[in-house]
Amino acid sequence: MSSNGVVHRLEIRSFGSDPRAGALLRDACDLGIASIDAISVVDVYFIHGVLDSKQRVVLEKILIDVLLQQASWGPPTTDCDHFVETALHAGVTDGASQQLLRIASRLGICVEAVTTAKRLEINGALRHGELDLLVRKLLANPVIEYSSVDSFIIPIVPRESETTARQVRIVPIGLNATDEQLQKLNSERGLALDIEELRAVRDHYRGLGARDIELEAIAQTWSEHCAHKTFRASITNDSGEVLRSLIDQLRDTTQAINAPFVVSSFVGNAGVISFVDGTTIALKCETHNHPSAVEPFGGANTGVGGVIRDVLGASHMPIACTNILCFGPPDTNGSDLPDGVFHPRRIRAGVVAGIADYGNKIGLPTIAGAVLYDRGYTANPLVYAGCIGVAEGEYVVATPQPGDRVVVLGGRTGRDGLRGATFSSMTMDATTGDVAGASVQIGDPITEKLLIDVLGRGQHLFRAITDCGAGGLSSAIGEMAEGVGASVELSGLPLKYPGLSPWEIWLSEAQERMVVAVRDVKPLKEACRIYGVECTDIGEFTGDGRLVVHNNGEVIFDLDTDFLHNGRPQRMMKAIMPSPRRTKMDRTEFESQFGDIDIVSSLQQLLQHPNISSKEAIIHRYDHEIRGATLVRPLVGVKSDGHADGVVLAEPLDTHGIAIGIGVNPWFGEQDPERMALAVVDEAIRNVVAVGADPDKVALLDNFSWGDPRRETTLGQLVAAVDGCCRAALAFSAPFVSGKDSLNNEYFGSDGERHSVPPTLVVTAVAHVPDANATVTPDLKNPSNVLLVLGHTSCEFGASHLAKVLNVSGSAVVPEFDASAPARYRVLHGVIRAGLIRSCHDVSEGGIGVAVAEMAIGGRLGVDMSDCDNASDAQWLFSESNGRFVVEVERKNVSEILALFTDASCVLGTVTENDSLVFAQGCEVSVNELWNIWKVQQ
Amino acid sequence: MKGSPLAAVLCAPGTNRDADVSFALQQAGATPISYLMTDLVSQPSRIDDADIIVIAGGFSYADALGAGRLFAVELEDSIGERISAAIADCRPVIGICNGFQTLVRMGILPGADCVAALGHNEAGVFDCRWVEMEPISKKCIWTRHLTENITCPIAHGEGRFTADSSTLSSLLKNDQVALRYVNVNPNGSVDNIAGVCDSSGVVLGLMPHPENHVVARQHPQFHRGNSGGLGLSLFREGVKYVNN
Repeated sequence: MSSNGVVHRLEIRSFGSDPRAGALLRDACDLGIASIDAISVVDVYFIHGVLDSKQRVVLEKILIDVLLQQASWGPPTTDCDHFVETALHAGVTDGASQQLLRIASRLGICVEAVTTAKRLEINGALRHGELDLLVRKLLANPVIEYSSVDSFIIPIVPRESETTARQVRIVPIGLNATDEQLQKLNSERGLALDIEELRAVRDHYRGLGARDIELEAIAQTWSEHCAHKTFRASITNDSGEVLRSLIDQLRDTTQAINAPFVVSSFVGNAGVISFVDGTTIALKCETHNHPSAVEPFGGANTGVGGVIRDVLGASHMPIACTNILCFGPPDTNGSDLPDGVFHPRRIRAGVVAGIADYGNKIGLPTIAGAVLYDRGYTANPLVYAGCIGVAEGEYVVATPQPGDRVVVLGGRTGRDGLRGATFSSMTMDATTGDVAGASVQIGDPITEKLLIDVLGRGQHLFRAITDCGAGGLSSAIGEMAEGVGASVELSGLPLKYPGLSPWEIWLSEAQERMVVAVRDVKPLKEACRIYGVECTDIGEFTGDGRLVVHNNGEVIFDLDTDFLHNGRPQRMMKAIMPSPRRTKMDRTEFESQFGDIDIVSSLQQLLQHPNISSKEAIIHRYDHEIRGATLVRPLVGVKSDGHADGVVLAEPLDTHGIAIGIGVNPWFGEQDPERMALAVVDEAIRNVVAVGADPDKVALLDNFSWGDPRRETTLGQLVAAVDGCCRAALAFSAPFVSGKDSLNNEYFGSDGERHSVPPTLVVTAVAHVPDANATVTPDLKNPSNVLLVLGHTSCEFGASHLAKVLNVSGSAVVPEFDASAPARYRVLHGVIRAGLIRSCHDVSEGGIGVAVAEMAIGGRLGVDMSDCDNASDAQWLFSESNGRFVVEVERKNVSEILALFTDASCVLGTVTENDSLVFAQGCEVSVNELWNIWKVQQ
Repeated sequence: MKGSPLAAVLCAPGTNRDADVSFALQQAGATPISYLMTDLVSQPSRIDDADIIVIAGGFSYADALGAGRLFAVELEDSIGERISAAIADCRPVIGICNGFQTLVRMGILPGADCVAALGHNEAGVFDCRWVEMEPISKKCIWTRHLTENITCPIAHGEGRFTADSSTLSSLLKNDQVALRYVNVNPNGSVDNIAGVCDSSGVVLGLMPHPENHVVARQHPQFHRGNSGGLGLSLFREGVKYVNN
């Protein structure tokens, strides 16, 4: 039955204050708009179809709660000063409209379509231009929604007749096409390929012309994002040396370490390790930087979804998520923002909400992470999302066999994220938000949850599996078909809406889809039916080595998988190596740079620096309790508001567990990338050792977010960092098992300047915890216990947080790697296993001073350090030397423990019941006061 | 002792604490079996074998139209009458978090003549933290023998219990306030109410997650040598009730 265009408009208004309105008011203030008196939010449902009054009552009863909301049907009215209505673009995930449509049909109510919208009602005397600024920077994001200002929105519903599917076209590429002609093709089609690669494409087609869909697939397969061209490049350094490719350097290191617990490294979707016989652990960390810049919620949201699928794609059941977030300074002045850039607080709010939404809904604990702030991230926020999974039994890497069916599972295909892979390999400009329109999607965690449920029923259901990430089916099937070949038919795939061209279907990056190779489809279909997961058989793995795609029987794509995967010429690159300062400063130089340091006020400034201050407000947004296995939580201490170094997961009845720790320090990276890498590997390992992990059973993940590697100095920084990674991994015998690079994190502002992120290497350590009961947290436990410092402290203030808060910009040396650290960590682990350590905290940003303050805050106890001469020495107290811990031990065990750490240890002080950190006679500060400074989210 | 009661754990697409509550039920001596919505639609009579009915936490149907709203419509439509029969038959029912929201939307909690709802947390955001609850009701079969406060986490965005004044006074009068937050009210619930039961006392709904405090080691103060009342005790009460 046709509704003849009847559209009911249902508006829902909440009683009392709407939290969304409060958040918008705060965000408006960040933009420098203070003239708003009030904002209110009205939810609008456009229901397309003829409804009688009874049916309206049924729907209204579902949509409102009489105690909380009121509904009104019919033409809208509003008496506010201004209003803005926004609605999601067709095809952007809209759970509310999908569910309303579904339940209406279930209840026998004929509804053709539902569009949801929001009206933001604004009261206040806005100045000229402020409404426009509000809409652009806060109220409507054209990447995912359309809007209407001061007039009521008209919902757009895509209909078959309105869209015409574009057919495959042949793009002529002359046999003798010049570099200039090839570059023209490159930019016209947004291929983001190098000239050598374009020549390879030209030569492959021998003048016959290429199908546009094939070109798109080649561009995607060969993109930096998918092919990791820089990590596989041949690099010549400034001494003329040709280096082994970066990826091979990391692989060689892992091979040289030859750790018995590594099951699979640097192949497939994730690294796989095994600490306990019969159980394997998959680990992976990904970035979703560009999408999070243009649509913070959706970008971060789908970033989490993507990394969970990576773990599923390694045939493991996900058990926990991690994230590392880098934003511009929260106190950035709104008027200083480049065009097309959201305020860091707006980005942070969206990113955190996006991560929380996906993790909380899919039912995985979000347990570990870090939040960093730097001006370098203002236009280019970084979002790293990690996932850990487990599987029972032997890990087997299976590949599709000829005759296996090609089956697509999960979400529907839309125009989502088209060209996401090439997009993320390009430098952004002020219009990126517009042109990237389709590049960012909102996730659908419930669909992915159901995928987990289906796949969790057992590996007997499929032979091989790959997730659909960047490049969509083209990438997933292209990878699976490598060597064996596949023939598929696109016309049977369920679509989100009509009108998609075949190339769009083939390259769509619609989320929540997996591709499996299956011998017998029946059992899989039955499992999918039970969970309500869509499952479509689209073809067969053939055995002829060709990848052939049909649409309604017509061949629209036909490529040799060998050319697709191995036809790309290796990139040749040049690196100019950094030459950072390596000589330590002496006390005289330190004093001349830093002047007279007031210990208490410096500590206070450090504790309120956004990199160090409490992240509690963010952590509470994530469900870190689900599954009941979070043993050392991200929040610890007597009031559960201190921060743990690492976290420990242990199933409630298991005796053992795993620890997860993060290392990251982009400030070191700007100054000395090699030492940075050494330092962050050390930090990640320190964090897991501090909670009770075995330092001889640590696996590592590397994630590089860098600027444009075609700049020779930028590449030099990357080369130096990889070198540092390898050296550190060897020193600790801690192998890297997987990694990912996100390069080109640069931004051309409308100011004409080039913005790049600081070299940001995130190292994730996943380690075995042999005894879950012998785990340790950093909060101080008991008065009269004694604090010891383990490790060497020297005058290392390069890129230190003390320099940041005191605005010291002189040159200083980045902390050197401490070669004695691995041995120290082993001894410490033995002492932790013996139950002799009451609390333990790693020393990093802000040095021993900050570490002690954090321990005191966690336990709400004081420390008397007046007997320790070093404690009144700012240089000793705030240096960020590597390889150190502060530990709390019982007095009776002090000499025994000190004897174990003869090379570097000292007594720092005594835990007291007093609300005071005493550094020396007359130099003290209240712990409560420090807590009050530290706890405020900037 | 009558053996191990069968606990039906009802799951919609998006329910995600079913495994946690199944573990808790197992530890409490029950035999949990998960029923998906598709099972319940195709074979509604399966629910009749359950000694205990559990509606687990999570985000049923993504909470896309509000917490628990669609799960309530689906359950009402498929097994509404069977659930009513189970309650009339004094078979214990518990709804945790999303399950509580669902029972309220179904009108089972606090009861037919009541007007109550679970609104957005006062702070406006999803919140995960540990809380302490005091068992209050002597009518509720899940709480009446409990002597110790329960500590366990909350993890919700829509947990602010609210009711009109006549509902509230009748809840107090009829001993239907089953659990109250002590020390901290995490979401702005009226009268610190964390959980309520129906007028018969066999149906309990609560926002916090007792299923995440089943062994002592799960307590966040474990490393400080501190502990708190196990959420397990609540499930043990349900099992004991069935067995007696």
